[in-house]
Amino acid sequence: MRADSVTALPKPATPARAGGLLDRLRNIEPVSLLWVVLIAALLFLVAAPLIKLFTVSFQAQETGAFTLSNYATAYGRQRYLDALVNSLTLGLLSAVIAIVLAVPMAWAVSRTDMPGKGLTWGAVLGAFVVPPYLGAIGWILLAGPNSGFINQAWRALTGAEEPLVNVYSFPGLALVIALHSFPLVFILVKAALDLISSEMEDAANIMGAGPWTTMRRVTLPLAWPAILGGFILVFLETIALFGTPAIIGIPARINVVTTQLWQFFEYPVRVEVAAAYAMPLLLVTVGLIAVQKLILGRKGFVSQTGKGGERRMVKLGPFRWVLFAWCAGVGALAVVMPVLVLVQASFAKAWGRGLALDNFTLRNYALLLFEHEMALTSVWNTIWFSAAAATLAGAIALLVAYLVNRRLVPFGEVLGFLCMAPFVIPGIVMAIGFYAAYASPPLALYGTATLLILAFTARFLPIAYANSQAAVRALHPEMEEAARILGAGRLQSIARITAPLLKKSLLGGWLIVFIVASRELSAAVFLVGPRTRTMSVLLYDLSEAGNFEVLAAFGGILLAITLVLVAIGMKLAGRDFMLRRE
Amino acid sequence: MSRLVLRGLTKAFGKLTVVDSVDLALEEGEFVSLLGPSGCGKTTTLRMIAGFLEPTSGTIEMDGKLISSPGSVMPPERRQMSMIFQSYAIWPNMTVEENVSFGLKLRKLPSEEVRRRTAEILEIVQMSHLAGRYPAELSGGQQQRVALARAIVVKPSVLLLDEPLSNLDANLREEMRFEIRRLHDEFRITTVYVTHDQAEAMATSDRIAVMNAGRIEQVDVPHLLYTRPRTRFVAGFIGRTNLVEGRLAAGEIAFDGFALKAAQLADRVPVEAGNRPILLSIRPQSMMLHRTPPDANGRPVLPAMVAERVYLGESWDYVVRPRDSGLRLRVAAPPLQVHEVGESVWLEMDPHQIAVVD
Repeated sequence: MRADSVTALPKPATPARAGGLLDRLRNIEPVSLLWVVLIAALLFLVAAPLIKLFTVSFQAQETGAFTLSNYATAYGRQRYLDALVNSLTLGLLSAVIAIVLAVPMAWAVSRTDMPGKGLTWGAVLGAFVVPPYLGAIGWILLAGPNSGFINQAWRALTGAEEPLVNVYSFPGLALVIALHSFPLVFILVKAALDLISSEMEDAANIMGAGPWTTMRRVTLPLAWPAILGGFILVFLETIALFGTPAIIGIPARINVVTTQLWQFFEYPVRVEVAAAYAMPLLLVTVGLIAVQKLILGRKGFVSQTGKGGERRMVKLGPFRWVLFAWCAGVGALAVVMPVLVLVQASFAKAWGRGLALDNFTLRNYALLLFEHEMALTSVWNTIWFSAAAATLAGAIALLVAYLVNRRLVPFGEVLGFLCMAPFVIPGIVMAIGFYAAYASPPLALYGTATLLILAFTARFLPIAYANSQAAVRALHPEMEEAARILGAGRLQSIARITAPLLKKSLLGGWLIVFIVASRELSAAVFLVGPRTRTMSVLLYDLSEAGNFEVLAAFGGILLAITLVLVAIGMKLAGRDFMLRRE
Repeated sequence: MSRLVLRGLTKAFGKLTVVDSVDLALEEGEFVSLLGPSGCGKTTTLRMIAGFLEPTSGTIEMDGKLISSPGSVMPPERRQMSMIFQSYAIWPNMTVEENVSFGLKLRKLPSEEVRRRTAEILEIVQMSHLAGRYPAELSGGQQQRVALARAIVVKPSVLLLDEPLSNLDANLREEMRFEIRRLHDEFRITTVYVTHDQAEAMATSDRIAVMNAGRIEQVDVPHLLYTRPRTRFVAGFIGRTNLVEGRLAAGEIAFDGFALKAAQLADRVPVEAGNRPILLSIRPQSMMLHRTPPDANGRPVLPAMVAERVYLGESWDYVVRPRDSGLRLRVAAPPLQVHEVGESVWLEMDPHQIAVVD
């Protein structure tokens, strides 16, 4: 019955051969070749440095023979073990402070009628944009035990001998780090709170819970995974941070893992020991990121039903001014005060004398711009290294995101995995891997621009990939198919349709990579040579020299460049382009 | 020669066979719909025709040339086809005019001709006054017209439409149905139209291929698909029907409580028929209710009783039970023909409108 229910088919006009060889060749897509190129690039950028880091930690320096002596050296001295403990303690303390600072801010902005939400956003963005080592220098000027402004004012007011605050202390170091990293908590927690519908709170209210009980018993527990996720991120950021511990910790004789790694790189360079010593940092990061993924990935706990329900703001009454004061205070400590004293110092003959007309000078800027032999070179280096890395990372990320999303190649996930892998590798660890793999012959890239650009590319590949992935996913494949069926080839339709449509979001991603690369210190400091110093490294050099006026002026230049870039990014890619939750 | 021939076309994703040995031939200038519920494989079939998917087995030929077979698929851009997508896929970064002229420019036509043909087609779809607009500034119906113009202007060898009306509201959908058919009558482009909406398929198509679970169940002109469904699925999917099981024996088809003469269905009941079960599809519209015994004129007439009724505005929907039978038959009647529940009626059937199904 079936056979006669369909139209009888005509005889095949051509014998049913499966197409000639020439036809088959013409029908092959060029993506297979691209796959090979990409996998090679990613192995070179991501896998090889990691593998080299691992193997070199088991090799004797001279002979390359297998040995465990590097580990024995790395963990054989009390000082080195203390640094490990210090790092963990510092990470915990900074993370706790960041939670305390950020969670009320996130709740206030997301759920209440607190005034000045725009200002709070500004404070968060500002804290995110100001490079951490600049904040650290600002805080040295504010809270240095002798001539810090806060202590000067304290002595003037009370006549006391002792300083009120001392930045060169463990709590001081932790606070300065937290003041820079609290935006991570803010963004995660606010995103979680944004998803909780008012109906959940209504349900608690109708059963007799007041606004405070509701917040404590319903709202905050729902945001709990995000808080924990933020805690882990700040902890990891802190233990991998180099600039702030180096600038504040070394004078204060607080040794942490990153500063200890730096010391292993002082002459004579002991890469093997550094590699062995970097292992806990790597393992802790990989482990905690896995834990964080687990926590944030548990659906049903994180409330996902916020979109439909109406969201009303909690009315706080007079208490809203208390919350506002909190947000403003954090903003002042994190951004306004350090930046103000930096700018003041950069125009001062002697920064400790404060604002006075006879203390004003342009000399610091003039020195940097016209006399300093490295300053302008480092500005140029920073711009072009960052631009090159952003372009390279963006191109790789876009191609991989495209191949994975459109399922064009088998095992596309491997490419995606390699792109995301650097996310769990602390920058400083990656730098040691790059040094071990490519600094010496056969490639002998030490001190070259190439080495820095490649390291930046690898380090920020995950940012670029997450961005491209989101952009490509948002683009309906039919947009491209419509071009193809009308006669455009795969590459032609990418060029004519896909690329123009992705332009805006790709530009946003490019700028983010450019900005974070332009202030990168912890990888750069291990990889620069005499002629390839970046602004961040030169700033660190200047901080060791201790001339705070010139240092502040250089910080001012760095900050001005960053602000211009952020402004461009906001104009092109939207106000929140740097703070979007990836 | 057939324009497009699908031969044993099959597509499997892993263990799941989505399209299962589909055979179909389209004549030049023919409009054929692939109609079926969601998940029946119609869009997958269309995407194989377009060259976006490679068949697992089977082939596709166009004008006698092999264009798709396992391991060798001519890419979409070389097929000279065009397609209208469910999302329209109007490029938001180009104006209406740029969207429409895209295919013509790719064909490297002289710019004078590109301009002339773009203007012509925009005139035909009544979009000339919006040529400079961007898609975001257009309504859903206008975007649909741009998609139509963009696909037709290149004079494709085959036009493919993938549920093009499913994102429009009901009134607009009805309007666009006629628009699509009008454009087909004007340009006579060989067309494959995928839809799950039978009214859409009926309004536009020369022939309809009803698909179910990856297979084509029946290909026919709309009229025959309705009056002569060949399978239980087609009878149930196209319009409403009563599926009645009976038994064929000794020139009679016996049902629960009554019987029909097999001779009245002579053209549909196999001659060699022995004693065997048989399934009939009787449309609600093909039966009539009477208060008094009608002059049947040789048609089967059964005494029955009204069991349920629903007033639908355009018609009455009665459920009647033939006397001494457990059967319940749905019968449509005009709005003024009112029967109460429990009333005795006479049920008249039209043997010409009864279909024998598998």
